[in-house]
Amino acid sequence: MSDHIAAIDAIAAKYDNDPTRLLDMLLAVQEQERYVSDAATRLLAQKLGLSWGDIQQTVSFYHLLSQEPRGKYTVYLNNGPVSIMQGYEGVATAFSEAVGCSFGSVTADGRIGLFTTADMGMGDQEVAALINNVVFTNLTPEKARILVKAMQKGVPAQDMVTDNTEYGKYGDGNNSLPSIHSMVCNNLIKPGPVCFGPYQAGAALRKCVAQSPEQVLAEVKASKLRGRGGAGFPTGMKWELCAKAEGPERCVVANADEGEPGTFKDRVLLTERAQLLFEGMAVCAYAIKATTGALYLRGEYAYLKDYLEQVLEQMRSDNLLGKDIAGKPGFDFLISGCSWVLAPMSAARNQLLESAEGRRGEPRNRPPFPAQSGFHTMPTVIDNVETLAATVQIIDKGATWFRSLGTEESTGTKVLSISGDCDRPGVYEVEFGITLGELLTLAGARDPQAAQVGGPSGRCLNAAARDTAISFEDCPSAGAILIIGAQHDLLTIIDNFMAFFTEESCGSCVPCRTGTWMLRNTLRRIMHGQGTREDLTSMRQLSAVMQKTTKCGLGHTAANPILNTLDNFPHLYDALIPEQTDIRSFDLEAAVQASNLTVGRASVAKEEQV
Amino acid sequence: MSKPIIATASLAGCFGCHMSFLDIDERILDLVELVQWGKSPINDIKTFQQDCDIALIEGGCCNDEHIHTLREFRKHCRILVAVGECAIMGGLPAMRNNIPIKECLEEAYLNSPSTSDANPDKIFPNDEELPMLLDKVYPCHEIVKMDYFLPGCPPRADLIYGALVALVTGQEAELPYEVVKFD
Amino acid sequence: MSEDMNKPLTDLISLTIDGQEIEAEEGQTIVQAAQKNGIYIPTLCALHADKENGLKYDLAPGTCRICTVKANGRTTAACTTPVSQGLVVENDTPELNDLRKTIVELLFVEGNHFCPFCEKSGSCDLQALAYRYQMLTPRFHYAFTPRKVNADMPKLLWDGNRCILCRRCVLAIRTEEGEPLFVFANRGDKSTIIVDTELIQDISEELAQQAMDICPVGAIIRKEKGFDTPFGQRKYDHSPIGSISSISSDMTCSSGENKTGGEKS
Repeated sequence: MSDHIAAIDAIAAKYDNDPTRLLDMLLAVQEQERYVSDAATRLLAQKLGLSWGDIQQTVSFYHLLSQEPRGKYTVYLNNGPVSIMQGYEGVATAFSEAVGCSFGSVTADGRIGLFTTADMGMGDQEVAALINNVVFTNLTPEKARILVKAMQKGVPAQDMVTDNTEYGKYGDGNNSLPSIHSMVCNNLIKPGPVCFGPYQAGAALRKCVAQSPEQVLAEVKASKLRGRGGAGFPTGMKWELCAKAEGPERCVVANADEGEPGTFKDRVLLTERAQLLFEGMAVCAYAIKATTGALYLRGEYAYLKDYLEQVLEQMRSDNLLGKDIAGKPGFDFLISGCSWVLAPMSAARNQLLESAEGRRGEPRNRPPFPAQSGFHTMPTVIDNVETLAATVQIIDKGATWFRSLGTEESTGTKVLSISGDCDRPGVYEVEFGITLGELLTLAGARDPQAAQVGGPSGRCLNAAARDTAISFEDCPSAGAILIIGAQHDLLTIIDNFMAFFTEESCGSCVPCRTGTWMLRNTLRRIMHGQGTREDLTSMRQLSAVMQKTTKCGLGHTAANPILNTLDNFPHLYDALIPEQTDIRSFDLEAAVQASNLTVGRASVAKEEQV
Repeated sequence: MSKPIIATASLAGCFGCHMSFLDIDERILDLVELVQWGKSPINDIKTFQQDCDIALIEGGCCNDEHIHTLREFRKHCRILVAVGECAIMGGLPAMRNNIPIKECLEEAYLNSPSTSDANPDKIFPNDEELPMLLDKVYPCHEIVKMDYFLPGCPPRADLIYGALVALVTGQEAELPYEVVKFD
Repeated sequence: MSEDMNKPLTDLISLTIDGQEIEAEEGQTIVQAAQKNGIYIPTLCALHADKENGLKYDLAPGTCRICTVKANGRTTAACTTPVSQGLVVENDTPELNDLRKTIVELLFVEGNHFCPFCEKSGSCDLQALAYRYQMLTPRFHYAFTPRKVNADMPKLLWDGNRCILCRRCVLAIRTEEGEPLFVFANRGDKSTIIVDTELIQDISEELAQQAMDICPVGAIIRKEKGFDTPFGQRKYDHSPIGSISSISSDMTCSSGENKTGGEKS
C-alpha cells in the first residue's frame, strides 16, 4: 500500500503536482497499474488539492482511461468504418477465440483485455489496433493469433515490433528511427509543394526576425491562408485578434488532435515534417508576441512523443526555440513539450483547451473566444498543425507564391487523407480546387458508391458529385476522404458514424447527447424493416433542431450522415420502409422468445406474423 | 344517418381509464344520443360484429394476446385513440422493461414471499391458453398506428368526454390546461 | 431592486426581447435580463438564485438548451449568452417553441419518466414544460434504457430513470470547501451522475433539502418523507410554468385561477 502511495506521489511530482497536468498523470497511472483505481483517484485528489469528484469526471470522460483493470495487455481494436470494410469481423473473432474472452472484457487471469476504439488515425492501414499504446496495423486474423501468442508468452508490446519478425516490422521513413520504432507506414502517395515540399530549416525564422511582427502578420494575411482543421477561419485575422487581445502573456497551441475521424495526414506531417510545424509555431509566436507554446497530440500518437521531444531539443540547441531566437534579442518562445488529448472529437478548439487543462473535453461557453482568453486564460491562437506548417513556407517563399497555388478563396494546398475502397489509400498533398472525380482516379477507386468527405460530420456524396471541388468555396474539410465501394452497404457505414457520435458526444447538452442517440435508434429501426414514413420526417426535424440548439460543432454536424443520405441516397431508405404502416412491423416470435424459454413452451405458433 | 360506433379495450391496463370514462357521469346520456356501442368490456360484447368508427384503447401491450387484440382493433376501427399513460408509453407495467423476463417470472412465481412456499415444485404457469409475456411492455403506437393520444393516469373524464364529442361531431377538441395531465 | 437604482445609468444596456425594450446590466445573460424584467424564457438547467432555493448565485450550466433564443438572428442559449447594447432577441415564437418542445420530447424518451407515481409530478419542471408546449406524446420512440437508482446514501435517493443530467446539483450541492457531492461522469449515451460516497455521509438537512428543491425533475428525492403536497396544490396544477403564479409561488395569485377540473385525484 505504501508502495502504491509512493508510486502515485512520484507520478504527481513528475508533473510538479500541477492539477492542469492531471491527464498526463492519469495516463501515467494507467500505464503503470493498467487502470485508474478509486484509491489512486483519492490519492491524486489529496495530492493536487482537487476533490474526488473533479478527478472522477475527468477519468470517466476519456475512453483510453479505465476505472477497472483492463488486463496486463489491453487491446483496443479499431471498429471504425474503414476497419469494418477491411475485415474487422474476422480479426475481432480471431482475437476473441485466441484470447478466450469477448470484446469488452478481460481474461479471468487478468492478462489480456479486449476492447474496441473508434478512429485511431490509421485509416490507410486498417485493420489497426493499439496494444498497451503500441500501434499495430494491417492486421489479419492470422496476425491477430500471432500477437495473442506473444501476449500469452509475456513479450512486451513494444518488443513485438522489431526490424523484421513474425510480429511486424518498422514502417517507412522516420518510423524506423530508434526514437519512434513503429510499424506505422507513412503512405505518402503524393507530396506537394507546401507541407511536403522543399524546406530549409530556420530560413523562415531568420526572415521573420529581419522584419517587424506586424510585417509577418501582414504577409500571412496577404497569403489568404485559412485554417486547415475544417472550419477555414482566416489565419491572419485570427492571429491579429489574438495579438490585439489584452493579456500579460500569449500562447500558441498546435492542434495535432486530428479530430476529424478518417484523417491521418497530421500523423505523417508529425513523423516527417515535425520541425516545419514547430517552426510554424515560432513564426506565429513572433507575429503575435507569444512566449509559450504547446502541442496537443491525440493519445493514439503517443509513439511519436519521444521523437517530437528530440526535435524540440535539437531546435533549442540550434537557437530556433528558446531565448533570443535566431539571434533576435527578446524573441523568447518555448514549446513546453507534448501533451495529450484523448477524445477523438475534441477538435473543436474549446474542447481541446478543456482537455489540455486536465478536465473533461467539453466545449466552453463562448464568448470569451480563445483569442481573448484561451489556454490558462491567456489569449491563445489554436491552429491545426498543417496551418502552422504552411505559414513557414509563406514567410520563406512569399504570400504571392502561396496565392499562386489553389483557388481564389482557397489558397495553397490541402493535405488529404484518402482511405476505403481504393487501390492507393494514403496521404495526398494537392492544390485546392481539385475535384472529387480527379481524386478518385488518383487514388484508384474502381467502383465507388459514395465518398464521405470531411469525416462523419462532413458530406456524403454520390456519383453525381464528381465535379465537387475540394475547397472552402465548395466542399471544405479537414481532409478525410473515405471511399465506399458498391460492394458495401452504405447504411451500415452511416450507422457506424452515428454510433461514433453517440459515443463521442460529451453528454453535456441535451440535443446532442439525446439527438445523436435517437437518430441512430431510428436509423436502426429502419434498417430492421421497422421504420415508417413518419420516422423519415422525424429524423429531418430532429436534425434541424440539433443544428440550431447544440452547444458545439460536433452537435451542429452530427446529423449530417443522416441528412446527406436522406438527400443523396433516398432509394436506400425507400427500399427499407414497409408498404403497410397502419400495422407496424413487429417480430412477435423474437419478443416472446425469452418467456417461451423460461417456461418451456415451444413457440407462440397461434399468432400470425405480420 | 347511423350513429358512429364506439369500441373500447383494456390491454395491459388497470381499467382505471375505463373507470374515468364512466366518471363522465350523467353526460353518458348525452353521449348515447350521439353514438352507439360496439365491442367493449363495458357492455361485454366480445367480438367485432361490425367495423367501428372510434376505439378507445387503454393499456400497453405486455403479451402476445394484446398484440393480437390491438391489431384486430386496427383492422376494424377507423380511429384508434390511446387512452392513458399505459397505452401511450407503457405506464407502470413498463417499469419491468429493464428487468429480464426470466427474472420477472422467477420473482413472480418462484421467489416472492407469497409464492415460494406455495410452489414447491417450482412450476411456471404454462397452460397453452395463457398468453406469453413479451420481452417488454410496448406502447400501442409501436404495434399499430395510433391516431390520437389522451394522456393522464387516468385521463380526466372531462378530457375523454371532450375528445369523444370532438371526434364524433368533427369539432376541434379543447384541451384546457387543467385537464391534460400525465398523472 | 434597490441595488439597481444605486447604479449609474451608464452601466445599463438596452435590448429588446420580442420587440419589448428592456434594460439590463453589463455582464448579465439574456436569461438573467429577461428574469429581471418579468419575461419568461424557459430553463431546465439555469436557475435564478432566490430565498426559496437558497442559492448564493445564479446557475447557468448551459446543458438543456431549452432557453434557445434568436439573438440578432442566430440561435443561441440565452442562459450563457451575455446581453449587449441593441441586441434583438426573439423568444416566444412558434419556431423557437417548436425547438423547445422537441427537446422536451427527447428528454421524455431518453429517460424513463413514469409521471403517475413520481413524487415530483405536478411540481416537475420537465413535465410542466411538456404541458406548456402541449406535448400529448413524444414523436420519438421510447428507449427504456436501463438506469441506476442509488438509495445507498443518507437522507437522499437518486433515481437515474428521471435524471435529465442538467448539472444543477453538480454545480450547487457542494461542501463548504467547494467539493462536489454529485459528479457528472462518463460521456455520450453513457453519461450519468455519480455520488461521492464519502462526502455524502455528512450531508446536512439543509443541503439535502436544497438538492431536492433545485432538481428540476424527480431525480433527487428526500428519504423518509414524501408526497406531502396533495393534488390540486402542487406547483403547476393550475397554471402553466412561466405564468405569473408559478414564477413566484410565494405570491398569491387570484386572477386567472380556475379550480375546476384540478381537484381530481
